[in-house]
Amino acid sequence: MDRFVFLISAGLARGAVLALFALSLVIVWRAARVVNFAQAAMAVTAVYAAFAVTAATGSYWAGLLTGLAAGALLGAAVERGLMRRLPAHAPLPGIIVAIGLVMMLQAGLAIAFGPEHRPMHPPFSERPFLIGGVPVLSPYDLFTLIAAAAVMGALALLFGRTSLGLQLRAAAFAPETSRLLGVRVPRMVTLGWALAVATAALAAMLLVPTELGLNPHAVDLLFVNAFAVAVIGGLDSPIGALLAGVGVGLLVSLVTGYASASAAPLAVLALLTLVLLVRPGGVFSAKEARTA
Amino acid sequence: MSAFAVEDLTVGYGDGAPVIEGLGIDVAAGAVVALLGANGAGKTTLLRALAGLEPARSGRILLGGRDLTALSPEDRVRRGLALVPEGRGVVVELTVEENLRLGGLWRHRPRARRAAVEEMYALFPPLERRRDAAGHTLSGGERQMLALARALLARPEVLLLDEPSLGLAPQATAQLLGVLRDTAARTGLTVLLAEQNVTGALSVAQRGVVLSLGAVVADRPAAELAADPALRHAYLGF
Repeated sequence: MDRFVFLISAGLARGAVLALFALSLVIVWRAARVVNFAQAAMAVTAVYAAFAVTAATGSYWAGLLTGLAAGALLGAAVERGLMRRLPAHAPLPGIIVAIGLVMMLQAGLAIAFGPEHRPMHPPFSERPFLIGGVPVLSPYDLFTLIAAAAVMGALALLFGRTSLGLQLRAAAFAPETSRLLGVRVPRMVTLGWALAVATAALAAMLLVPTELGLNPHAVDLLFVNAFAVAVIGGLDSPIGALLAGVGVGLLVSLVTGYASASAAPLAVLALLTLVLLVRPGGVFSAKEARTA
Repeated sequence: MSAFAVEDLTVGYGDGAPVIEGLGIDVAAGAVVALLGANGAGKTTLLRALAGLEPARSGRILLGGRDLTALSPEDRVRRGLALVPEGRGVVVELTVEENLRLGGLWRHRPRARRAAVEEMYALFPPLERRRDAAGHTLSGGERQMLALARALLARPEVLLLDEPSLGLAPQATAQLLGVLRDTAARTGLTVLLAEQNVTGALSVAQRGVVLSLGAVVADRPAAELAADPALRHAYLGF
């Protein structure tokens, strides 16, 4: 029972990071109808910026803010400089350019900073609280959960309650109609990319201190799992990303704890296969998908 | 002084022959003009080119003497040229209220925008009853009403309408065209109305322009067009 409680609490923190990264993929998909395969490389580039600022100033928080800003800038720059110039209405060019970008960013980071793992220190202890002798969440896990919840709440408010969010949604669903209503759709697409990559950068910054350290490939596995999460939840569905993220986080934690760590990726793959067989659009996809 | 003028406009898709060639139309301020023609005459292409959705190969589009030809669709809207497109003008994922707010975002500050939305509910009572309903749950008539209300909300100077009667019951069409005529008379709105429903269109318009194969083949007062059986047979197919 103790073990179960511990695995559940660890899975929640892992799930929050997964959900956040999957949400970033959903935001890009909704804004631009592209699966951004470069999301991990772009996020890890932002984490390097955060790492450099934290190393220079000694402040974790200055690094965190730098990472978010770097992610947003990088997202906007990639959309304006690369993605916008690709032919519309064909998915392949975007995927190929994104994969090329992954190679360039990761090679560039390895050349600039070296391929080794650089330890990143969490701002809070990773020693779990003991409740009745049972280890549960650590302070850092709690920080991860709160940060992820705060960002998701803020994004929900932005998209659901503000005029800017209304324009972002309209531009994503019906670009042509939106332009006829005076919405500056190209600007909304750029903004969507900026928001998405900043969100991905936050997920990466929350993850890296719990792993081996910062390395150009430190976020790759998170991307693979988050992509599975986004597909399981439905690429169009922010709620799907959230719930599937937490679900997959718990699944990975429980399988790792009760079976073995090497079985966890297989469990995710099995779940993904099952969802694709039963409900190919994702568990939380809308009934009727928009194609144009 | 014409509010709205098209000069020598040529539009085509890809490398193909032009769909619209050397077309010119002058529309006086406050006029309601019906744009008539059979399927494939170029009505939709003309309206989409006027709104900026299709690039013009040559020619000019003038609103109040200012050249709009180089502007993007969103900037043409902001200069007062609005298009209600054929069929799917409603963002079906958004509610009725959100669709209306979206139409007024660039035009009104928040308080004026709420007032403008309420004004549209007064003009189209069925929309008020469905204000929180998602767009995809609306009937065809409600969608067309919403698209028209959303365009009027931004107080355009010139309104382009593409087949508002498409798929609507005769009564819904009459109601919609009635609101359009009253609004034009009350506010001085200039309207270019593309229609297959010739009788309906000519009953609200003062003037009719007939397109055939991308060129203007007749431009006469509405009453005269409605009474000319030879022209109707030749270009309008009845």
